[in-house]
Amino acid sequence: MATVLILAPLVGAIIAGFGWRIIGERAAQWVSTGLLFLSAVLSWIIFLTLDPAGGAEQIRLLRWVESGTLVTDWSIRMDRLTSIMLIVVTTVSSLVHLYSFGYMADDDHFGEGYRYRARFFAYLSFFTFAMLTLVTADNLLQMFFGWEGVGVASYLLIGFYFRKPSANAAAIKAFVVNRVGDFGFALGIFGLFWMVDSIRLDDIFAAAPRLAETELHFLWREWNAANLLAFLLFIGAMGKSAQLFLHTWLPDAMEGPTPVSALIHAATMVTAGVFLVVRMSPLFEYAPEAKMIVAYIGAATAFFAATVGLVQNDIKRVIAYSTCSQLGYMFVAAGVGAYPVAMFHLLTHAFFKAMLFLGAGSVIHAMHHEQDMRAYGGLRRKIPLTFWAMLIGTLAITGVGIPLTTIGFAGFQSKDAIIESAYASGIGFAFWPLVIAAAFTSFYSWRLMFMTFWGAPRGDAHAHEHAHESPPSMLAPLGVLALGAVFAGMLWYGPFFGSHEKVNAFFGIEAHAAAGEGAGSVEAGESGHAAGEGAGSVEAGESGHAAGGIAPRGAIFMGPENDILDAAHEVPKWVKLSPFVAMLIGLFTAWLFYIRRPDLPGRLAGNQRPLYLFLLNKWYFDEIYDALILRPTLRLGRFLWRFGDGRIIDGALNGIAMGIVPLLTRGYARLQSGYLFHYAFAMVIGVAVLIAWLMLSGGAG
Amino acid sequence: MTAADFSILLPEVLLALFSMTVLLLGVYGGQDRLASLVNTLCVAALLLAALLIGMGEGAARSAFGEMFLDDAFARFAKVVLLLAAAAVLLMSRPYMERRGLLRFEYPVLVVLAVVGMMVMVSAGDLMVLYMGLELQSLALYVVASLRRDSLRSTEAGLKYFVLGALSSGLLLFGASLIYGFSGTTLFSGILSAAGEERLPPGLLIGLVLMMSGLAFKVSAVPFHMWTPDVYEGSPSAVTAFFATAPKVAAMALLARLLFEAFGAAGADWSQVLALLSVASMFVGALAAIGQRDIKRLMAYSSIAHMGFALMGLAAGSALGVQAMLVYMAIYVTMNIGTFAFILSMERDGRAVSDISSLHMLSRGAPLKALAMLVLLFSLAGVPPLVGFFGKFYVLKAALEAGLGWLALAGVIASVIGAFYYLRLVYFMYFGQEGEGLDRAMAPAQRALLLGAAAAMLLGVINLFGVDGAAATAALALVE
Amino acid sequence: MSVADFAFYVFALSVLAGGLMTVVSKNPVHSVLWLILAFLSSAGLFVLLGAEFVAMLLVIVYVGAVAVLFLFVVMMLDVDFEELKSGMVQYMPVGLLIGVILLVQLGMAVGVWRFSDAAPGLRAAVTPDPAEVHNTAALGRLIYDDYILLFQLAGLILLVAMIGAIVLTLRHRPDVKRQDVVAQMHRDPASALELKDVKPGQGL
Repeated sequence: MATVLILAPLVGAIIAGFGWRIIGERAAQWVSTGLLFLSAVLSWIIFLTLDPAGGAEQIRLLRWVESGTLVTDWSIRMDRLTSIMLIVVTTVSSLVHLYSFGYMADDDHFGEGYRYRARFFAYLSFFTFAMLTLVTADNLLQMFFGWEGVGVASYLLIGFYFRKPSANAAAIKAFVVNRVGDFGFALGIFGLFWMVDSIRLDDIFAAAPRLAETELHFLWREWNAANLLAFLLFIGAMGKSAQLFLHTWLPDAMEGPTPVSALIHAATMVTAGVFLVVRMSPLFEYAPEAKMIVAYIGAATAFFAATVGLVQNDIKRVIAYSTCSQLGYMFVAAGVGAYPVAMFHLLTHAFFKAMLFLGAGSVIHAMHHEQDMRAYGGLRRKIPLTFWAMLIGTLAITGVGIPLTTIGFAGFQSKDAIIESAYASGIGFAFWPLVIAAAFTSFYSWRLMFMTFWGAPRGDAHAHEHAHESPPSMLAPLGVLALGAVFAGMLWYGPFFGSHEKVNAFFGIEAHAAAGEGAGSVEAGESGHAAGEGAGSVEAGESGHAAGGIAPRGAIFMGPENDILDAAHEVPKWVKLSPFVAMLIGLFTAWLFYIRRPDLPGRLAGNQRPLYLFLLNKWYFDEIYDALILRPTLRLGRFLWRFGDGRIIDGALNGIAMGIVPLLTRGYARLQSGYLFHYAFAMVIGVAVLIAWLMLSGGAG
Repeated sequence: MTAADFSILLPEVLLALFSMTVLLLGVYGGQDRLASLVNTLCVAALLLAALLIGMGEGAARSAFGEMFLDDAFARFAKVVLLLAAAAVLLMSRPYMERRGLLRFEYPVLVVLAVVGMMVMVSAGDLMVLYMGLELQSLALYVVASLRRDSLRSTEAGLKYFVLGALSSGLLLFGASLIYGFSGTTLFSGILSAAGEERLPPGLLIGLVLMMSGLAFKVSAVPFHMWTPDVYEGSPSAVTAFFATAPKVAAMALLARLLFEAFGAAGADWSQVLALLSVASMFVGALAAIGQRDIKRLMAYSSIAHMGFALMGLAAGSALGVQAMLVYMAIYVTMNIGTFAFILSMERDGRAVSDISSLHMLSRGAPLKALAMLVLLFSLAGVPPLVGFFGKFYVLKAALEAGLGWLALAGVIASVIGAFYYLRLVYFMYFGQEGEGLDRAMAPAQRALLLGAAAAMLLGVINLFGVDGAAATAALALVE
Repeated sequence: MSVADFAFYVFALSVLAGGLMTVVSKNPVHSVLWLILAFLSSAGLFVLLGAEFVAMLLVIVYVGAVAVLFLFVVMMLDVDFEELKSGMVQYMPVGLLIGVILLVQLGMAVGVWRFSDAAPGLRAAVTPDPAEVHNTAALGRLIYDDYILLFQLAGLILLVAMIGAIVLTLRHRPDVKRQDVVAQMHRDPASALELKDVKPGQGL
């Protein structure tokens, strides 16, 4: 079943990509979409029927690489983590496929008669396949394969409008920035193989405790092996998940078609980094410093991206920065050790962010591919269904719910859980930025809503007149995702952030809480106030395993001292209330700025010109990179080309090739005279030289 | 006792008897009427012999008091040279027939030369070595001047003969010095007589002289001067034969002599070989650039390739011998494919060998051009083709033996050498419009050309297991 | 100095002289004659060694057949050796230099020449004691028993030589005139002669 699930998108991609000339464009679209829905159904079956207690199930497909001690199978690792990613990927992907029927129906980026649809679907399906190999990977090589595969698919899809120079530039930027991250990832893999002599996840997990006690020499100094390797892996995750310093590609990636943004740059691919960190949790658990860095980077990203999101005017860029920011949240959760919470937010975020993107796509579609929010306004009545969908999405992302209960939109539970975990971790730098970012999130989300759907129509009147609701194929996915955005949080609160038993059972972590305390903690967990299960009771089973060098069985590994989930349940009430208050502040400010006093934003921007420009220009990251890296590189390249290559290497090679070699050749041709006695003479000279050589080199003694 | 001895060299005996039988057949058939049949029979016999030897398993055996050795090393070399000879005979028939050169003696002489080569690679005694060498050489002298009414062909035969005689003289002089020192002609006896101490200068000179004689046979610089003239002058089919089987035999013989008789003096002969190797690689690479005739070009190409094979031998280790054997197997395959093409080069029914006739081959015969492209890239050692692995093996062996400078020189030479191969490719694909070549190609030649090209591509996977067999062979030689 | 020693020096010196003169004499016929002297002298050396059979073979085969054949060839081909040698002068200095170098090298080798300890024993082991066995019989035993392989291989080599000679010379050549004895004998004046009446002053 899992095999079919993974290969179906590949088959779809091949049929759609190569076979559409035979079966027709329409049929190609249907085949790839149908196969993806098949995958989605199978994933849900797997997700619901999975018995995590038995540990990770490994389904071997084939022997892939065998070289020395490096033995790698292509096999599927089926555990809770995989199954979560499976439903996220296949569900969003199949809905995006469906959505693309309408969205990609007519596109004026290509010339008349250019047939692009099958290619688009083939890319989408190929992306899905690559993503599935990534999430089902049982070893790092396979994961790297999927990692690069999604990178390629992302490159192809960002640059889908290849007639547009900005799209090409964005595609290249995404690819190059990701390369930086991949370099770290690859180094991490090499390092792990070097230390563990295997890249199978099980072996690595089993060796993690040993790594934590090993010192590794790398770049002029000694490092703790676990920390260094975990950090290198995290660099890869940073690239893929657009975390601070490597985030610059994500907003530009919005040049791609909107369904792509929804699928790749919101719901799935960019979360691969989070997935990687969670997947490698057995390693990260032994790398406290690396975890700290993860949390810091995540918090910084969440804050940074939220501030930039405040002032963007392109509807997709707003959502892109929001994605960036939400990914920061997930990394904070992973960084403080609350892996289930990270996965929880990943899951809910996939639903509401995909929906926001698809909703934005619907708006863009309605407005004839206008993306500037300043040209929107008052669209509530023109496209009511899209409006409702976007509203649900906004409620979800801003975390609307009833405080101190578990009733609320999806983002409410997961984001609050992260903020509570961040507080519980005791890292102030992780907690406060998140709360402020929550307020900002609320602000820019509502700003988006208000600018788009409320107020007076702005911009091209013609476009507003012709604004129309999207076809059903685009609305249906919105409906499905809306269900997820509303209920996903409430439905899975227990397994992801409930009591120990529930989380353990869900992820197949071996029960290590003492049985005696179990009964009490179940109730406590359900009410959201976990009574203290001491750290001592948590670790009992795990530590035994770690010492024995056996890979932990659960999909997620939480170290003996890691009681973050319990601590998160016990945080003070004001902490639990803080995100809600932040949300209200954001909402109110947005309302004030864009409904009540629409002149305020302009005045504020005028008053605080430097700040406004600072934010509008995304903290000048692109400019800094341009000045620090891009230009010097170009200059160096030009120097090497002009001087190094041109003068020295070309000159020398030409000197040899054009000067010396023909000379030697001609000289030799004179020797090859055709006269027998010349030849014989050469032989005799040869003998004399050889004997002399041997004697002089000491042979004769 | 004698019967048991002869049973060990059964394949050689059978081939010799077979050659006499078909000789009689040809004579009584009269006037080359059966030449075609004789040719086919000889191909079959060579293949059968290859099969017989290739299937033969078991430990090393020796006959006639260690004068004749039958071990994995000999078997490997024999299979390679038998297959090469069979392939050459197979593809030379259409060529010889079209030029009225297909005398029944030609295949018979080739088979007798092969018998000589088989004796060479199995030689365990200086006298047997010399007998095998002369049997081979004499047959080669004759086939080189087979086109009797062509001045160049007779000149080629004569040059080869005279210089070959000189090299035989050097070899014999060296052999007599060695015998004078050790009192025996058996390799094993020489090895034990030399002992572990330093070789006396007389013995060293004998060794160098023998190596010179053998270097002539593998056309290593500076004993290579005959090669371009003979390659160019001989009928192309004979050139193809020269370029393949005798090289394998001579190289194997050299390895045999050095390891079995002078294993203790590895440091000494390794230096000589390194010198020969580096000279061959550079002269082969540099001189080929100026050539206009593809046969001459292939002559220099084979000189350069022999340089690389010698590099493997110079390493003086089991790995080096293995590299040399693998290299030779690859070299032979590439040359058979290339010569299958050269044999088919005709314009208006007349054989041509000027490289300008390759211009825009890709348009007239895209498949042929593609196969040649693969072979030329492989000859140049472009990864990932098999030719690259051959070079890689020898370079690795040289490096591990501490001959870093030699490996470096090899890399430089192969870069220079790549130029003329690529120039051929350039002509084939981007050249000027020329008269072009006839499209016709005999099925056997086409099959061998495409087969060799395919082998260059597919062999990348595991070299068809050749390296494993070569490793066994090398271990048989270097204990 | 015994008679045997004296004979050895005489023969050895005449072998060397014969060899040298073969190479340096200007007239090729003289060269062959010098070669015959060298052969005869080495036959004498063989007799001194007690190998009468080989000595006789040398005289019969080399002097009687090979050398005489050479003589015929040299006389029939009329090769102008002077012309061949004309190029030699140009290369003489270099040639001499190389020759001297080689000579020095060989001299160095011979100067410190020594035999392997086992060499005399090994050498003696092959041949039976000449005092006990007649050397023809001993030779027969060696050739047809111990060294049968070499003997057979030599036979093969001769076979190849024979085939080669036939291939390169005897095979029919279309552009060569050959004597057809029967046709010659059956010619008559009628078919062979044609009478023409040639007018004076005009020619044919």
